[in-house]
Amino acid sequence: MSQHSAAAVIRGRPAAPGARRRATTDGQLGALLLFLPPALLLFTLFVVLPIGEAAWYSGFNWNGFGSPTRWIGFDNYRFVFDTRGFGIAFRNNLLIIAVSLVVQLPLALTLALLLADKFRGSVALRMLFFLPYVLAEVATGLIFSFIYDGNYGLLASVYRMFGAEAPHLLASPQTSMLAILIVVVWKYFGFHMMLFIAALQGMDRNLVEAARIDGASRWQVLRHVVIPLLYPTIRLSVFFAVVGSLQLFDLVMPLTRGGPADSSNTMVSFLYNNGVSRMRVGYGSAIGVILFLICVTFAITYKRWFMRDE
Amino acid sequence: MSEAAIPARRPLDPVLVYKILFLGMVALFVAVPLLATLLGGFKTLGELRTNPFGLPQTWEWENYTGILFSGRYWQMLWNSLVIASFTVLLTLIVASMAAFAFAHIRFFGSSMLLSYLTMGLLFPAATAILPLFIKVRDLGLLDSYFGVILPQVAFGLAMSILLLRRFFKDLPHELLEAALVDGCSYFAFFRHVTLPLSRPILATVGTITFVHSWNSYLLPLVMLNSERLYPWPLGIMIYQGEFSSEWHLILAFITLTLLPTVLLFILAQKHIVAGLTAGAVKG
Repeated sequence: MSQHSAAAVIRGRPAAPGARRRATTDGQLGALLLFLPPALLLFTLFVVLPIGEAAWYSGFNWNGFGSPTRWIGFDNYRFVFDTRGFGIAFRNNLLIIAVSLVVQLPLALTLALLLADKFRGSVALRMLFFLPYVLAEVATGLIFSFIYDGNYGLLASVYRMFGAEAPHLLASPQTSMLAILIVVVWKYFGFHMMLFIAALQGMDRNLVEAARIDGASRWQVLRHVVIPLLYPTIRLSVFFAVVGSLQLFDLVMPLTRGGPADSSNTMVSFLYNNGVSRMRVGYGSAIGVILFLICVTFAITYKRWFMRDE
Repeated sequence: MSEAAIPARRPLDPVLVYKILFLGMVALFVAVPLLATLLGGFKTLGELRTNPFGLPQTWEWENYTGILFSGRYWQMLWNSLVIASFTVLLTLIVASMAAFAFAHIRFFGSSMLLSYLTMGLLFPAATAILPLFIKVRDLGLLDSYFGVILPQVAFGLAMSILLLRRFFKDLPHELLEAALVDGCSYFAFFRHVTLPLSRPILATVGTITFVHSWNSYLLPLVMLNSERLYPWPLGIMIYQGEFSSEWHLILAFITLTLLPTVLLFILAQKHIVAGLTAGAVKG
């Protein structure tokens, strides 16, 4: 209230509270009717309704033409869980999360610690490491399908230099996932590094200096001061690693399309290969609903358990 | 952090040596695939095998010029540009209007509506891709730019509204009070005060949206059928399918399609890094 009258006083016009109140509430309603509907309409039409419809369609055996009539209850879900490929896809998603946590996160953190302070070349290195994150997944996948190519690829050339037979990493079910995991790290570590650098630069330097003056070694400062201060960012980084893994698709298609023999599908590429490209709407919707439930359950529990204060 | 304690010039500090070695290795890991792609586009197919890492013996400019003088390359980029531009424009308009209402107008159910909209952050578009396809088909938008643009805008709204609302809330509230007292309408205030003051956040949200749309693959893949509408991530996959093992051409094509992104990244690094990381953190 004091702010209103202050503004009115500055403008040399005494406020007539009642009149103004009525004018603004009228204006408010009009403004709401103007400002909110476009967002609500678009969001409801293209995000909320499709999710609801996925739940509905998942009860039908339907190829997308006409209207769904063959109600089969929960059979689509049973089919999904009975497909060996879905289990593999789920396991692959877990594998990507594991590698993100065990390889990518420590790598990103180490690099952030090395590059947070300015020295000659530090900014250029930061940009170089962030660059892969900006490039399209599809292009990245194609670049690496060249690198892994058994005839012309860089990897094959390295093997030949040592006189060894070049492996076809992408063509074997044993190695296809490994090949994808390397690309995942290549593409995304720079993003996590940037998160950590931003956090380090926002950190109170006095704490570190105080610990140093008190005689803590560099390692002790890192272990007991810096890392604990980074916990919120680490939790965030883990969150993005999991969410990113759950929607990984673009990178898989140019590399392997999920093959050979379903060995490198993620859940989304499994959904695409088995639901979308064959127009099995019911079956694909069931996969979508499962994926939806996994994403929402994870996001809500994680936020509640680990990110309560943010 | 702790590296601040290392004296800058001591020639044989082992820690420094390890640090440089480590950074150098990571830099190679990142840069070699990119350089190999760029240079590979200048080689002949045979030379890719015999001279994988070196500079090309003779620079085969035809690989690049052949693509640059073909219509399809420009058509692809044009399609991507149209889709990304409209996505950015619509996202900015729709999201900033909603964000303005959430930031400045108190009304019954506002927090409920806001959580409704931010539900979009919880799951990716892929989960509903089949019903989305059917919806777009029933609206008659299949195989049109807007069949891709509208869902992209819808899925980008949650994050954009959150970022914009936070910024709008931090603008001095007295401005709005004073303007309303003087008989200015909410819309005029939004249009003539809020938007001009919010250029930094609009640039950030616009950049995130643009990069996502420019790179997106799944939505166009599902919604578009005719090749003349394909944005570049789809076009490049078609190209790779046609020239399956003529890697020198494919590498040149990849390089040319990545060029706009890399140029944009160099020109607008600050916005891109700030946008993509801050967007992630604050969302």
